[in-house]
Amino acid sequence: MKSSMQIFVNGKATPLPAEAMSVLALVEHMQLTGKRIAIERNGDIVPRSQFAEVQLQADDKLEIVGAVGGG
Amino acid sequence: MSDALVIAGKSYQSRLLVGTGKYADFTQTRAAIDASGAEIITVAIRRTNIGQNANEPSLLDYLPPSEFTYLPNTAGCYSAEDAVRTLRLARELLDDHRLVKLEVLGDPNTLYPNVMETIAAAKTLVKEGFEVMVYTSDDPIIAKQLEDIGCVAVMPLASLIGSGMGILNPWNLQIIIESANIPVLVDAGVGCASDAAIAMELGCAGVLMNTAIAAARDPVLMAGAMKKAVEAGRESFLAGRMAKKLYSASPSSPTTGMIG
Repeated sequence: MKSSMQIFVNGKATPLPAEAMSVLALVEHMQLTGKRIAIERNGDIVPRSQFAEVQLQADDKLEIVGAVGGG
Repeated sequence: MSDALVIAGKSYQSRLLVGTGKYADFTQTRAAIDASGAEIITVAIRRTNIGQNANEPSLLDYLPPSEFTYLPNTAGCYSAEDAVRTLRLARELLDDHRLVKLEVLGDPNTLYPNVMETIAAAKTLVKEGFEVMVYTSDDPIIAKQLEDIGCVAVMPLASLIGSGMGILNPWNLQIIIESANIPVLVDAGVGCASDAAIAMELGCAGVLMNTAIAAARDPVLMAGAMKKAVEAGRESFLAGRMAKKLYSASPSSPTTGMIG
């Protein structure tokens, strides 16, 4: 079942597979489980401990980041 | 060892801090960092690739945070807001990690720092409990202000990021070092081992570099050279150099007991 809900992940419009979805479900859906990532939602950090509780809303802006080489 | 580098209450044996960017691959990154002896390594925070190469290796596999002190940076940020957001993400990413490198750039061509935005970001970050090592210009007044805000180390440039031009204004660095009560590290611009040694001889507490090692023909060999240069420069500083004079009437060999 495809939902009509859309969010923005790392600047890209992304349709959600379900109407009601937690941040944790999105992380699993994107195959990021177990990866070291951090998530910001609409400008605020979503602590890892709250991934299961925080429900995504239409037009949410998520930044999902990791550590890469840099100086 | 008595001559440790102390940053935010933690002691480090190495005074060389290195970046992890611009290497050919992670194996070379690891080899160069091992050769450098660095304990503090900088990393950048970037958007994760979604849906591609789910199993591609990550930097953290090659440089486990358990073996090194990570110094997440704000490279590429042009506003205080972006820098603060980036480091909040880093703190979450690295399990409430507080030690960070703040840099806010002002110009994409020169990568010259924007000190106004840097100061604004430093104020917010210090208030939020971050331990801020701050990259800045070699302006002694700005350096002092960043110290007064509560930064744990001030890191003026030797010359522009990635330029390898060496230490262009040793006099400013000297003024910054003399007036600072926190560690002063040269960050950016070092090109070769002698540049690193000169920075340490000026009295810098340490040197942070990336391109000088990564862009060398043999990065691993250069990493070892930098390690030695920083150590030699530090010892030379501690030993205290002889006074310079135009000429000397005091040769090193005895003036008596000559034949003839």
